[in-house]
Amino acid sequence: MCFTQSFWALLVSGIENGSIYALVALGYTLVYGVLHLINFAHSEVFMSGAFGGLFVVDAVVGGPPSSGLSSAGLIALGTIAGAFFGAVAAFVLERVAYRPLRRRNAPPLAFLISAIGASFFLYNLAGKEFGTNPISVPQIYDEHPWFHLFGAPVLNTYVIIVVVALTMLVALDRVITRTRLGRGIRAVAQDAETASLLGVDIDRVIVTTFVLGGLLGGAGGFLYGMAINVSFNMGFIPGLKAFTAAVLGGIGNVRGAVVGGFLLGIVESLGVSCVSSSWQNTIAFSVLVVVLMFRPTGILGERLGRAA
Amino acid sequence: MLLHVEDVRVAYGGIEALRGVSFDVDEGEIVTLLGANGAGKTTTLRTISGLLRPRAGTISFDGQRIDTVPAHMMVRLGIGHVPEGRRIFPRMSVRENLMMGAYHRGDDTEADADRVFELFPVLLERQGQDGGTLSGGEQQMLAIGRALMGRPRLLLLDEPSMGLAPMIVTRIFDIIREINQQGTTVLLVEQNAAQALRLATRGYVLETGEVVMSDDASKLLADDRIREAYLGEGAA
Ligand SMILES: Nc1ncnc2c1ncn2[C@@H]1O[C@H](COP(=O)(O)OP(=O)(O)OP(=O)(O)O)[C@@H](O)[C@H]1O
Ligand SMILES: [Mg+2]
Repeated sequence: MCFTQSFWALLVSGIENGSIYALVALGYTLVYGVLHLINFAHSEVFMSGAFGGLFVVDAVVGGPPSSGLSSAGLIALGTIAGAFFGAVAAFVLERVAYRPLRRRNAPPLAFLISAIGASFFLYNLAGKEFGTNPISVPQIYDEHPWFHLFGAPVLNTYVIIVVVALTMLVALDRVITRTRLGRGIRAVAQDAETASLLGVDIDRVIVTTFVLGGLLGGAGGFLYGMAINVSFNMGFIPGLKAFTAAVLGGIGNVRGAVVGGFLLGIVESLGVSCVSSSWQNTIAFSVLVVVLMFRPTGILGERLGRAA
Repeated sequence: MLLHVEDVRVAYGGIEALRGVSFDVDEGEIVTLLGANGAGKTTTLRTISGLLRPRAGTISFDGQRIDTVPAHMMVRLGIGHVPEGRRIFPRMSVRENLMMGAYHRGDDTEADADRVFELFPVLLERQGQDGGTLSGGEQQMLAIGRALMGRPRLLLLDEPSMGLAPMIVTRIFDIIREINQQGTTVLLVEQNAAQALRLATRGYVLETGEVVMSDDASKLLADDRIREAYLGEGAA
């Protein structure tokens, strides 16, 4: 039977996972919007953010947390460090793996191969430097249920992750819809050549888009690492799921990526109750296959995407 | 001389689309560039704007070489380009499309927008509407308005009459005259030779990538070859 037991507990964990998928999915969708390419190395941006956040937190914490305030401060610090390292990774990727190809007007396949190559390089580098065993983020706060939702305990971890993610999602939405930078990004997505006639430096917009995606993906990496652990290959599955979320919401569509992220998190989590938890990934990737087969433009359609 | 184009050659792959084009535009003029489909009119404007690079020849604007300047710098120098086919951002509001025209300044755009709305009152009514939902004529007005937001000294217009009803074309041409009277120099590419020559001070005729004729607009309008080839009048 589906959903009977533990519906609320599954829903809560689905929302928590979903908020991370949403953060990471935005990186895929933003880059797709301006370049029409899937940045498959984005999973390593996620991983870079997790390691960056881990190291910074490790360097700062001496002993166990003394108060709620210092816990909040450490979580914020880790998230900001994650965002920073994610942004740096994304920036370097754009410069090294993509820009040279753009200069040469390389075919789309070259970009895909370059992305996969960069991804392999980065996670093998992380495995070599930091070892292949998962590393735990130090206990920077005391994990405990904060409140109960219809009997299901809601851990403070979940609340923290969802609140941080939502804050970043809203901030990004503001940037895209309300600011000059956001208009530049949308203009390049809709018609890059015309944007350049109006004074938009396309190269700058592209690298900024990578950086924005890196900020969100890196922060997502730290949050994920904090809840589970950090490892060299941690980006692979969440990266694919976030990509699925982006496709589900309509690749290139910023709000679609957020909707897709939450929806995917919830679907895979609740779906588990019908089978068993070992099916979680299978369910998530079945969603990808079904969307690609029946509605390749996703739920909300391609909106940042190609000009009409 | 505001714009000086000298012996410019442009090729797409191996095929030469401009084969040594030269012409000038003086401050305050309306100059029209006429020619049949494929003559190289769009190629000429795109080369001036830096979207294409000449393989030979020079382009100067206000005495400064611009043939290696990247496209996104042109608007800063004072060159506005209204591209062929209007190229409105379809999923941005009319207001945002206009704001894109002032992107390089990034400062307050109210006063410039007000000037555009004075020229094109219909855009004021449509402010919040997506650019892609406007009619062809409205899109052309928006494209011109967007370029004006950049406060150009020289405005490049690529077939603003394309696909529009005669009444709308007349209005657009009236507005081009008004823009010119307010101090903007205009380089107008057209297939609609009769109307373009009535508006312009001078004209150049392009054929397969070469300037084959150039004169005062009134003289071109009276020229038999022009009348026959571009004004749809049979030879006398
Ligand atoms: N992207 C391109 N690749 C290859 N050839 C091109 C390209 N763009 C234009 N051409 C060729 O260059 C020549 C000039 O084209 P251009 O677009 O400048 O003509 P035009 O005078 O603007 O014509 P129209 O009135 O139809 O707009 C044509 O022969 C055209 O086929
Ligand atoms: Mg043309």
